[in-house]
Amino acid sequence: MTLLRTLAIAIALGLGGLAVQAAPLRIVIDQGVIEPLPFAVPDFIAENGGAAEYARNIARVVAADLAGTGLFREIGPEAFISGVTSFDAPVAYNDWQAINAQALITGAVQASGDQIVVKFRVFDVFSGQQLGEGLQFAGTPQTWRRMAHKVADAVYSRITGEGGYFDSRVVYVAESGPKNQRLKRLAVMDYDGANIQYLTDSSSIVLAPRFSPNGDRVLFTSYASGFPRIYVMDVGSLAVRALDEQPGTMTFAPRFSPDGNTVVFSLEQGGNTDIYAMDIGSGRLQQLTNAPSIETAPSYSPDGSQIVFESDRSGTQQLYIMSASGGEARRISNGAGRYGTPVWSPRGDLIAFTKQNEGRFHIGVMRVQGDEERLLTASFLDEGPTWAPNGRVIMFTRETAGAGGQAGLYSVDISGRNLRQIVTEGAASDPAWSPLLP
Amino acid sequence: MTLLPKAILLVAVLGLAACNNPDRYGAGGVDPNATAGAGIDTTGLGDPNNPNSVAYFNQTIGDRVLFAVDQSNLSDSARNVLAGQARWMTSNPDYAVIIEGHADEQGTREYNLALGARRASAVQNYLISQGVSAARLRTVSYGKERPLEVCSVEACYSQNRRAVTVLSVGAGT
Repeated sequence: MTLLRTLAIAIALGLGGLAVQAAPLRIVIDQGVIEPLPFAVPDFIAENGGAAEYARNIARVVAADLAGTGLFREIGPEAFISGVTSFDAPVAYNDWQAINAQALITGAVQASGDQIVVKFRVFDVFSGQQLGEGLQFAGTPQTWRRMAHKVADAVYSRITGEGGYFDSRVVYVAESGPKNQRLKRLAVMDYDGANIQYLTDSSSIVLAPRFSPNGDRVLFTSYASGFPRIYVMDVGSLAVRALDEQPGTMTFAPRFSPDGNTVVFSLEQGGNTDIYAMDIGSGRLQQLTNAPSIETAPSYSPDGSQIVFESDRSGTQQLYIMSASGGEARRISNGAGRYGTPVWSPRGDLIAFTKQNEGRFHIGVMRVQGDEERLLTASFLDEGPTWAPNGRVIMFTRETAGAGGQAGLYSVDISGRNLRQIVTEGAASDPAWSPLLP
Repeated sequence: MTLLPKAILLVAVLGLAACNNPDRYGAGGVDPNATAGAGIDTTGLGDPNNPNSVAYFNQTIGDRVLFAVDQSNLSDSARNVLAGQARWMTSNPDYAVIIEGHADEQGTREYNLALGARRASAVQNYLISQGVSAARLRTVSYGKERPLEVCSVEACYSQNRRAVTVLSVGAGT
């Protein structure tokens, strides 16, 4: 990914279609990074008494979001030559140029009772102009982090031309206890690990939660009945119901269709596992594969017309794509080793997967046609990729070896750069990213 | 941030009563899945010298069979163990059985669930072929969720690729 200051290309920015005239501030993500873009975020201006803490904290979260992408590098306040004293005062471009802050983000916060209002501007320091128009968000004091993420998403979008992903949540499995008696419960957190909330207790093993397309429900597998079975939880009320009640079967690996009306999953009966789809409203069940091999880990294409899944019909785990109504499947994985847990990118262009080869596990991506395979990670055990809402970042589970082995959540850019651990309260596995919040 | 009050208790509807195999998950194993009404009965295993005791089944006949990497076919020694299990079940018709399939950690979660189910099913089919009523047998897969041994080398993996026959009183016949 290159960080490019492109020359004299007018770019229509998302907000208001403003055209920037010369040497716009721009990161072109697909070009192999040379160096992250330096930016400065002075504390936002507190426009009244109650706003001081929010003004400082929001600026810190914006900075952390941008720096956390690996595409940006923060220049800290110790380097600043001049401060920002008023949201509407003219920007002293020379002072920011002198410390090589290419982007400057200023903002202001008003707090009144149960509402805070955040406004911000982005400046292209070396062009000496504002990048896009100022924006403001309003919310309750409890949602100040979300407002910070929304500011950072807007800045990220304006500079990269891509959608953001900071105002999003991740549902995952929180783990505790020794390896042979692991306790597991569902949890949800902001994408950066803040605001952890537990959704179930740990009385039953729970596995692989998945958000609905608008984030209102979570599918997961639980052993609450003594047997693995799929449940759906309403995120608002935490009410849970079983998706499927067929005795003598085991159901697992569920995912929603893009319209949220269908669940595709694996159903095991008599030792054989195939893929089924269930219409949630009517409960109507449709069998999509019918083979003596293992068919599992189905994931819809963003338009809902196709499903990528794994099967060992060739003798080892490999990736296949079929129509969402089932039928003939074409194999897309062709490299050495075994491929599992395919997930279709929200942009539709790539499939993320887990690969096992020569005793190592990898997270990788390939194009939908199966070509241009790229392995992004390698370790004793990496598995279960999930896509950020903008299709630029993948989160996954990494587990360490041995009796004291622990699972944790990691993220990596689809370039393979910027591998980082998401700090959780304890061990964690099976992350699933929400869409961008409304 | 709001930490919501104690979450959902999913209701257990396991139709079987006490599971008579305290160490199926590992040394001193307590089934963390056990919910109300499905507690482990560690006192009811009986005298291991009594061939009709659960202790005799678990220890002398053998309650488990092992599998090769990524395989679910039964070895000759596994068949011998299962034939012994079937004879015991025939003489002790009051017991119902859950066959638990397991995998080692070298695999993805979903695939290992399916693989564990294949292993449990292979055992179930063999017990049926030896005359055990299908109505007494259920299967469940734990995939890689409940290893018996916790090291990350083949010596442990080989013990984790298993199907364990767990006896329960109270349902079955």
